[in-house]
Amino acid sequence: MALHVYFCVSPCIVFVHHVRSEQVRMLDRFSNKSTSGTLHLTATHLIFVESNAAVTTAAQEIWILHHHIASVEKLSLTTNGCPLVIQCRNFRVVHFVVQKERDCHDIYSSLLRLLRPVSYEELYAFSYNPKQNDQQREEGWQLIDLGAEFERMGVPCDQWQLTDVNRDYKICDTYPRDLYVPITASKPIIVGSSKFRSKGRFPVLTYFYQEKKAAVCRCSQPLSGFSARCLEDESMLQAISKANHNSRFVYVMDTRPKLNAMANRAAGKGYENEDNYSNIRFQFVGIENIHVMRSSLQKLLEVVGSRSLSASDYLLGLESSGWLRHVKAVVDAAICLTKAVTVEGASVLVHCSDGWDRTAQVCSLGALLMDPYYRTIKGFMVLIEKDWISFGHKFADRCDQLDGDPKEVSPVFTQFLDCVWQLTEQFPQAFEFSEWLLLQIHEHVHSCQYGNLLANNQRQREELQLKDRTHSLWAFLLSEQQNYVNPAYCPGHAETHPVLEPSTLPCHFKFWRNMYLQFDRSMHPRQSILKNVLTLKENNRQLEDTVKELEARLKEHGISPPTLVPQAPYRGHRCFPTRPHSLILVAPLSQKEAQQRQEEEEEEEEEEVGEEATECCIDTERTVEGSSGTERKESYGDLQETYGAKAEPAVVSLEFGVARMTC
Amino acid sequence: MEFSEHIKTANVEDVVLRRPFYQPTKGTLCVTGHHLIFSNRGGDSARPFLLLLRNIDAIEKSVENLLGYSRLFSSTGQSQRPSVSSGTITLKCKDLCVLQLDIPGMEECLNIASSIESLSSLETVSEMYPFFYRPPFLSLQDQWGLSSTEQHYAQMKEIHDGWRVSQVNRDYSVSPSYPPAVIVPHSIDDETLVKAARFRQGGRFPVLCYYHRETGTVIMRSSQPLSGANRKRCREDELLLQAVIDGSELGYIIDTRSSQQAQQARMTGGGFESKSCYRGWKRLHRQLEKGKVLQESLIKLVEACGDQSHSVDRWLSKLENSKWLSHVQTALSTAGLVAECVERDGHSVLVHGSEGTDTSLLVSSLAQLILDPDSRTLAGFLGLLEREWVQAGHPFQQRCAHSAYSHVRLRHEAPVFVLLLDCVWQLARQFPLAMGFSEPLLLRLAKEVYASDYGTFLCNSDQER
Repeated sequence: MALHVYFCVSPCIVFVHHVRSEQVRMLDRFSNKSTSGTLHLTATHLIFVESNAAVTTAAQEIWILHHHIASVEKLSLTTNGCPLVIQCRNFRVVHFVVQKERDCHDIYSSLLRLLRPVSYEELYAFSYNPKQNDQQREEGWQLIDLGAEFERMGVPCDQWQLTDVNRDYKICDTYPRDLYVPITASKPIIVGSSKFRSKGRFPVLTYFYQEKKAAVCRCSQPLSGFSARCLEDESMLQAISKANHNSRFVYVMDTRPKLNAMANRAAGKGYENEDNYSNIRFQFVGIENIHVMRSSLQKLLEVVGSRSLSASDYLLGLESSGWLRHVKAVVDAAICLTKAVTVEGASVLVHCSDGWDRTAQVCSLGALLMDPYYRTIKGFMVLIEKDWISFGHKFADRCDQLDGDPKEVSPVFTQFLDCVWQLTEQFPQAFEFSEWLLLQIHEHVHSCQYGNLLANNQRQREELQLKDRTHSLWAFLLSEQQNYVNPAYCPGHAETHPVLEPSTLPCHFKFWRNMYLQFDRSMHPRQSILKNVLTLKENNRQLEDTVKELEARLKEHGISPPTLVPQAPYRGHRCFPTRPHSLILVAPLSQKEAQQRQEEEEEEEEEEVGEEATECCIDTERTVEGSSGTERKESYGDLQETYGAKAEPAVVSLEFGVARMTC
Repeated sequence: MEFSEHIKTANVEDVVLRRPFYQPTKGTLCVTGHHLIFSNRGGDSARPFLLLLRNIDAIEKSVENLLGYSRLFSSTGQSQRPSVSSGTITLKCKDLCVLQLDIPGMEECLNIASSIESLSSLETVSEMYPFFYRPPFLSLQDQWGLSSTEQHYAQMKEIHDGWRVSQVNRDYSVSPSYPPAVIVPHSIDDETLVKAARFRQGGRFPVLCYYHRETGTVIMRSSQPLSGANRKRCREDELLLQAVIDGSELGYIIDTRSSQQAQQARMTGGGFESKSCYRGWKRLHRQLEKGKVLQESLIKLVEACGDQSHSVDRWLSKLENSKWLSHVQTALSTAGLVAECVERDGHSVLVHGSEGTDTSLLVSSLAQLILDPDSRTLAGFLGLLEREWVQAGHPFQQRCAHSAYSHVRLRHEAPVFVLLLDCVWQLARQFPLAMGFSEPLLLRLAKEVYASDYGTFLCNSDQER
């Protein structure tokens, strides 16, 4: 049965060197519970299948993509077997105990070999094949069109134009081909300016606030050193200023702390001198660099990963990790940007050191606050495509996609998603997508399953011919859009609140449990309102379909439908059992569960269900279906058993499970 | 009426009221015996703003020659005499709302402030507003209260064999803080109860508060036994507890003090159940803070929430420093432990602290919330509060006289009930679909418990009521 499922779910898996070890125990990180099962190692995945599952529950399966594995550690031998700890980039931590030491060593050494791909061709995206033909694939890549996006913003216009200076990546190889600059910025100015900027990343338009004709531009730090200046760069900023009639000056936001920027001057880089530029207002906003962020998240994960954490230790650890402080710094910078653009109508130039980490964070978050379009599902994809992918955030380096310099790895993009999540918590009605979209995107940044987020910049992507050889993530996400919809979304919110003004009170910055502890189910609330509402909505839709179908049937028989249609479930059509509300402390029935039940009940439907299982791709199992799939609790009595629980950790952390019975 | 003695200035015009989430408004302020009434003459908000004086926790006044005050309204074209001195009264309410009143005229300001001060700290219960409040939709003849011991007993048909309702406390002579009727084991007669009560502080002998249907086990609560320094015993109390676990071999006593505290309590005549005297009962200690520590914790928490520095680190360290969440955690984990004992291990549990009126109630009611789906409905929850807090004699008047803003530090002050509400909220966060009520109910309860139009939470025990 289990093997059958593998082939169904992912036909592309080739069992190249299939290592298999039975009698493996998987330990829960936060309690003393463990499950035993079988471990399979395939070319792309490490799979754990629970063996002695009860008849009523589906066997738990855990699929770990090799690309997700950040580190494998073999601990010293114990009486029970050989422990193997695997840490994943999507914050999954699994602890296996393999009975036979030889098996453990086999798995360990195979994983080490598979862990570090050295060339892009080894990545999963190049072998992944979701049963699409070339035409579908091409259509998938065309879903997001940045040219159209700039048109939506109102660019080109009388002040901004498309420039072809970077058509062949000659001026800047980390920028996209199509760039938008002020009409008055001539080619010599652009070329001169790019020579004065680190990595040639000269000021270009990234967002145009049509209402006030104010622009958000981005670039890298100037090569000013202690005294150098560049007339072309100065006239570039002059041109940006002239393109906006609302304000006499341009804000220049250096997103680094002042000290870091000063230190850069010794290396011939630095920041703009207000005296040299006739029309700028210069400001530091103080977001720390990638190394600080990396160690901050590391600390945070250590804290929340420790067992029997007390409320005090949790809060102290949260504070000392500084993660929430950094998240707040990014949000603060975005708010600052938004205020300058929407309230003052001034244009803003944002940069950091190279203009691809903090700059991307601040520009995209600012745009998210300013423009309701980016708060839709499609718009959010456009935003990531524009500010992160096309402007050259180094996904391959930052997310450790290939074996590279560990110092280049940093959770910059994760932090951006965290910031977005903080906003969705403050404005539950403003976003069309729920946190599942954020989690799914984060998952695929590391999975290397789709081509969009591979490599470091557009030029590399073109060289790798990603569009011809891999599939687009956006097409996949849009195809199952209904899973990511936020049921509380209210499109009218955008009209009344086009610009979001988040509160920066510290208590609004919370630890994102569903991201950093997403695989530790014992830490999650037992029930999810989001899931429940989605299930109800789905039920509703299904029932409406039933009504329509029945009405059509009645018409076939020549009877006009009565006003009240009996809504009895009719055989052959899928409708979910409704659940009692007051009694349950159970996860609401998810679609998959319902399907499984249906499967048991109605054999004639088996084929259909089987097909659906095929469609459901491996990595989706974690999201809508997977997150409750195995945790079917039938009685509230489980409440005590699974009490190793954590309430919304920003508020309190509970550890009931550790309440051992001792005097 | 005597209230008028306190009211020196009843009416002031042109007062500016500032409160959170609203624009500052200007209107007439009126002080009555129980309320502060603010009505907006503009008429755009037809309903006047009423504030129960009992709700006011602390009052701060500052008198200044307010040029800023006139400037504020000069833009709207209203004429102001700039020379008039005026004052600002900041009212900090027990429901943690902070209001600010700008009052023209120094004398009026001081008068009003002193009236509020004296009226908000009335001590006599019978002068309080609930005695004057007559809601149009309720009459005094209606049934009072949602749940009583008898009703509770009647609901649980299964226990009628082993348990009975005892009227031993009908004139409050056995235990002044217990309700007239309590549920006790069938085999124990009233005489034994009276004797057992003498061995427990405040006469609070072990009574049933929850019967678990599946395992047939119970949760009981009591106060500490008065074993004292020379380890006194009480045969009747031992009999009573023995009757509870009749048939099964083990019961748990959850002591909400640390074992050290329990030892120390013997010096002052209190104590704990020793192993040798109570066969089959196993004692577990879980230290739950109460009283002053809890009050300080709440004060620090409220301070942290009011911090304006916008620094995440400072917020987290202040939150940690308040230890409030630690208290929440301990309370919930102790309740979880009780629930585990009953549900998983199938053993009866007796919960007590020292007086048995604070933490014992907290733990027993949370455990019931965890175990019993019926208590998670709206009516069930209110019934639970009625039984476990109001009737069981939580001294509301002593515990909830002042809140976090007050400078008065009373000895008996403790936000145990607020802690309960917080715990319930945390449970609701973990099980959003399990509760038949939502956050606003908890907020409303937190407000009512400090200052209410209704008499439910007045006084300290059933007897006084």
